[in-house]
Amino acid sequence: MPSPAELDRMVLSHRVEAFVHHELSLIDDWRLDDWRELLTDDAVYTIPSTDRQGDTTTELGLVDDDRTRLHWRVERLKSARAHREYPWSRVRHYATNFLLVEATDEEIVAQVNVILYRYRYEQTDPFLGSIRYHLVDLPGEGLRIKARHARIDQQRLAPNGAVSVIF
Amino acid sequence: MVEADGLVVDDPSRGLFRVDRRVMTAPSVLDAEMERVFGRCWLYVGHESEVTEPGEYRRRVVAGRSVIFVRGSDGQVRVLHNSCPHRGAIVCRADEGVATSFQCFYHAWTFGTDGTLRGVPGAQSYPDGFDQQERSLVPVARVGSYRGFWFMCLDPDAEPLEEYLAEACELLDVIVDQSPSGRLRVVPGRQSYTIRANWKLLAENSYDSYHGTPTHHTYFSYLQATGGTSDHGDLKRRGAARPLGNGHACIEYTAPWGKPVARWVPTFGERAREEMAAVRAQLHDQHGTERGTRITDTMRNMVIFPNLVVNDITALTVRTFQPTGPDTMSVDAWALAPVEEEGAALHRRLQSFLEILGPAGFATPDDAEALESCQIGFASGGVTHNDISKGYGTTERDGELQMRSWWREWHHRMTGRPRQALGDPATPEERTHDAIAS
Repeated sequence: MPSPAELDRMVLSHRVEAFVHHELSLIDDWRLDDWRELLTDDAVYTIPSTDRQGDTTTELGLVDDDRTRLHWRVERLKSARAHREYPWSRVRHYATNFLLVEATDEEIVAQVNVILYRYRYEQTDPFLGSIRYHLVDLPGEGLRIKARHARIDQQRLAPNGAVSVIF
Repeated sequence: MVEADGLVVDDPSRGLFRVDRRVMTAPSVLDAEMERVFGRCWLYVGHESEVTEPGEYRRRVVAGRSVIFVRGSDGQVRVLHNSCPHRGAIVCRADEGVATSFQCFYHAWTFGTDGTLRGVPGAQSYPDGFDQQERSLVPVARVGSYRGFWFMCLDPDAEPLEEYLAEACELLDVIVDQSPSGRLRVVPGRQSYTIRANWKLLAENSYDSYHGTPTHHTYFSYLQATGGTSDHGDLKRRGAARPLGNGHACIEYTAPWGKPVARWVPTFGERAREEMAAVRAQLHDQHGTERGTRITDTMRNMVIFPNLVVNDITALTVRTFQPTGPDTMSVDAWALAPVEEEGAALHRRLQSFLEILGPAGFATPDDAEALESCQIGFASGGVTHNDISKGYGTTERDGELQMRSWWREWHHRMTGRPRQALGDPATPEERTHDAIAS
């Protein structure tokens, strides 16, 4: 029999994994306003450079969004003038190898491997990588994203050179 | 085989400039470009700050060739063909590092960081008189640097680098002088991506002012909404296009957005205001008000023929791109910063870069979309030529003089015909003095 602590962790693990799947499905379904609701007011989203995968505060990366820029990233994607995504591409995240990395009262850290397929103009393009989530469990609200640190494995973004959707 | 002659149509009598779309699609044109453009022009390899210590190297691909950009143990910077003289394998396989030697893993031939062959296992089996020196790594025909920018040239008879760069040198001076000590560095982290379009379209796009408002509407809206502009969100720009000789050209203009070196806008934050004012004062002191203002406030987009972009705008970026087929290219981009800049100032610069530039910026994906859209459009047929006549005979910033300068050089290189500017201002001296910030 698992101990009560182990059971708690299993329940939390299940809950966090379900949350991640829900979060990615909102992106895939282009429910971006709903997706934005999952972010805390101080949320950050980063993707480091694909060559070094270093710290985006001291090295050039691909994404280094604070909450303001995240807000506008979504506003932009909703616009008919974000040409790379108008009309919207079809996107689908596949998340596997779920790991509950750490769980304390303050923060839950979880990681998944991700394949994102983007289809547009007769082309199906994969983006490979992982996402590490830093979550908080807010009373009455549930899990919220404080930090979303993604990494992309392709050293050169190819065959598609633009991360125009939320990876 | 497409004949290069006649692919660029320059007609000053009617003020028309057109480019045959086959130059964007025909494999035979790309083959000729590899020989006549990439085989003969000076091409950007890297920056001095990437190879500071003895043995430090970067593996790069330039004009489709794997090369090693390395500072030898003797302190000299070289560009070596990355191929073992024995049987061909690449001897440098890591992207970057510091080496004491390069060893080919295939048969373990070992080379010094200057390329000299140092060791051959089983050397006694080779005939008497087998010359190890002749089997050293081969340096690229020519290398040269200007203000920290390193170039290579595959043509041993090419003109000296500074002569080739012509008036682009003066622009590089202004750009490098945003560092009080006159030294820039490449910030670690490279953006490497592909665009499914002919490589020449990115040269055009990189200093095409005309596309800004329609293509980048969402970026400008973001700037206006978040305090990324001075002047209450007015997006007015003033300036001019300028040929710099040998196919290089730029646009220089004032704009309401910020420049991370010393042009503050609210998005940089109140805490940055004083700090940036101090840098601004220092640069104006050092260079005088006119040149100082040019350094701190004026924006510039420059293309050094054929494939180097240095844009000194809301970020300072160096970008180079290589054809990988008639309808695909690979692009590498870096952020440059004054060596003095660190901590919060550096982070501000990087944020300002990422807002607009790169695969996930608020502008670059839409540029890639435009270029790929053109490439799809070319295959549609019906139309034979692109039109690049806007502002013919003028230096209008929103015109296409800068692109015409590029295409005239391309035509000269591809056909061997003399350089001709025809109806446009040909040299920097002849340009009309449009209002640039003072």
